[in-house]
Amino acid sequence: MSPLQPLLRVLRSLWGGRGIPLAWLLLTRQPVRLAVALAGISFAGILMFMQLGFRDGLFDASVTIHRLFDTDLVLISPRSSSSVSMAGFPRRRLVQAMADPQVAGITPVHWNLLLWRNPKNLSTRSILALGFEPTDPLFTDPSLASKATVLNQRGRVLFDQQSRAEFGPVAEWFKAGRTVESEISGMRVRVAGLVSLGTSFGADGNLLTSSETFLGLMPNTPPGSIEVGLIRLKPGSDPAAVISRLKTSLPDDVTVLTKQGFIDFEQNYWRTSTSIGFIFTLGAGMGFVVGCVIVYQVLYSDVSDHLPEYATLMAMGYPLLTLLGVVAREGLLLAAFGYLPAYAAGQGLYALVRGATQLPVAMDTTRAVTVFTMILLMCMGSASLAMRRLADADPAEIF
Amino acid sequence: MAIEVQGLQHWFGSGTNRRQVLQGIECRVAAGEVVLLTGPSGCGKTTFLTLVGALRQVQQGSVHVLGQQLHGAQRGARQQLRRSIGMIFQGHNLLRCLTAEQNVQMGSDLLPGLSYRARRDQAREWLRAVGLGDHLGHLPHDLSGGQKQRVAIARALAAKPQLLLADEPTAALDSQSGREVVDLLKDLARQQGCGVLMVTHDPRILDIADRLLQMEDGHLFAKPL
Repeated sequence: MSPLQPLLRVLRSLWGGRGIPLAWLLLTRQPVRLAVALAGISFAGILMFMQLGFRDGLFDASVTIHRLFDTDLVLISPRSSSSVSMAGFPRRRLVQAMADPQVAGITPVHWNLLLWRNPKNLSTRSILALGFEPTDPLFTDPSLASKATVLNQRGRVLFDQQSRAEFGPVAEWFKAGRTVESEISGMRVRVAGLVSLGTSFGADGNLLTSSETFLGLMPNTPPGSIEVGLIRLKPGSDPAAVISRLKTSLPDDVTVLTKQGFIDFEQNYWRTSTSIGFIFTLGAGMGFVVGCVIVYQVLYSDVSDHLPEYATLMAMGYPLLTLLGVVAREGLLLAAFGYLPAYAAGQGLYALVRGATQLPVAMDTTRAVTVFTMILLMCMGSASLAMRRLADADPAEIF
Repeated sequence: MAIEVQGLQHWFGSGTNRRQVLQGIECRVAAGEVVLLTGPSGCGKTTFLTLVGALRQVQQGSVHVLGQQLHGAQRGARQQLRRSIGMIFQGHNLLRCLTAEQNVQMGSDLLPGLSYRARRDQAREWLRAVGLGDHLGHLPHDLSGGQKQRVAIARALAAKPQLLLADEPTAALDSQSGREVVDLLKDLARQQGCGVLMVTHDPRILDIADRLLQMEDGHLFAKPL
């Protein structure tokens, strides 16, 4: 006997034990009401997808650059609060870190927001500039090393072609073979190449340059001061041990972080020190409330309209539990069928947002599950409130 | 004995508004017997029917339906008993979103231990028995008043009741379809051996009764045929 046979028998008896799909028929035989309910649920779902997507996209986008660094540990100043306000610390500390036997290499990085002049309409805008020694490794992307050689010449920059259009048609002009020159902080620079990094909430555009050029643009930088120090470890070394050694050996004018710690430091700033996280979560909450109201309205009036029919079923001997089950199943069906268009629209709108803002907003499983859970909660909560109306179904009243 | 009622009294309202609607009813309906109950409106006929139908809590007196005492019976016990009682209402009370066949199947779905297919086939059988074999897939909306009432009869009988209660089943029908409906009701009830208690105002259908009862101001009298 095949092991599948008992399973088949169970399935057959379940299938044979089924009844009239009352919840399904109640919904589908009133197409207008169903459409209103589904539109409401989808709208709420889309609102939640967008708000949560923006929130997560923001936190993700705030570390676009942070993720790119080729590093194991990062030194920053304890006075730095985020990528938009990085404070300097003595470059000496990074050199001191070299003394640790497990450190393989270091890269000092200058980091600041500078004013870039749009070469087309001459307006200025804040751009994130990173200065480094062109021979040092900076990003994990290996193609940068060859591009960086052009930075050896003073006054040359590599421009991020994903920067927002407000910085001017730099990438187009450069690709068309034009010489693109502009001003940063009043100094003339020439675009010597393009890189692809990505924007973030803190920076609408990025450019890379040599330490020498960077110091020329920022003449007030104290000598020997940098904003970020990258520390690469030898293969097989223990980052936690190195961190604890560095923490004891270095004075407390620097903070030692892992690369992930550096990313968390930035995200934590946007999460806790700004109202952005709260605002978007609140926005998602509003969507939830609107959805609840709509689903409750629809289910409540549905139960009210069919009260004599529910009472008839009770008079026939159907237990109240069966009728509550019908309303609950209506809630479940609404949740499932309202979620699908919300999911599809969410995908489309994310693509639209990505195109318009270059923000890394995408559907991820966690958010898809979160929104579905919210919609389920919304529908089942409303259904259980609408069920209270069933208590008014008195079979004695229908004679 | 399908129904056995002794000393049944019932009141509505409370305090000074308390009003007695049933004043000591004695009544018996045997299995397979067709009993018609007439009387002016407001005399308590419908209240009596809801008490016998286990839809209302019995306040005073003894009501035995299908061998079960309803005085003091719990909600769950009354709901269980209602499965054995077929009810036909003045308004047909069909489920608007279900087809004729599905409405009848809501009745046969109450029968335990039958597969979906068996219950559906029974539902179709009952619709054929009431002469609506061609209207299986019609919604109540698309049926005439007489047809709807016949679907309601099929639904009541599909649950294989041992007692059938009907409240003015012909009130909304013209005389010809009213006649057809009660004839059908009587024939099918006879075949099932199930007792029938029918409230009616309709003098044209009194001849189907085995016995006539008359109610006046909460008192029940036997009335000659």
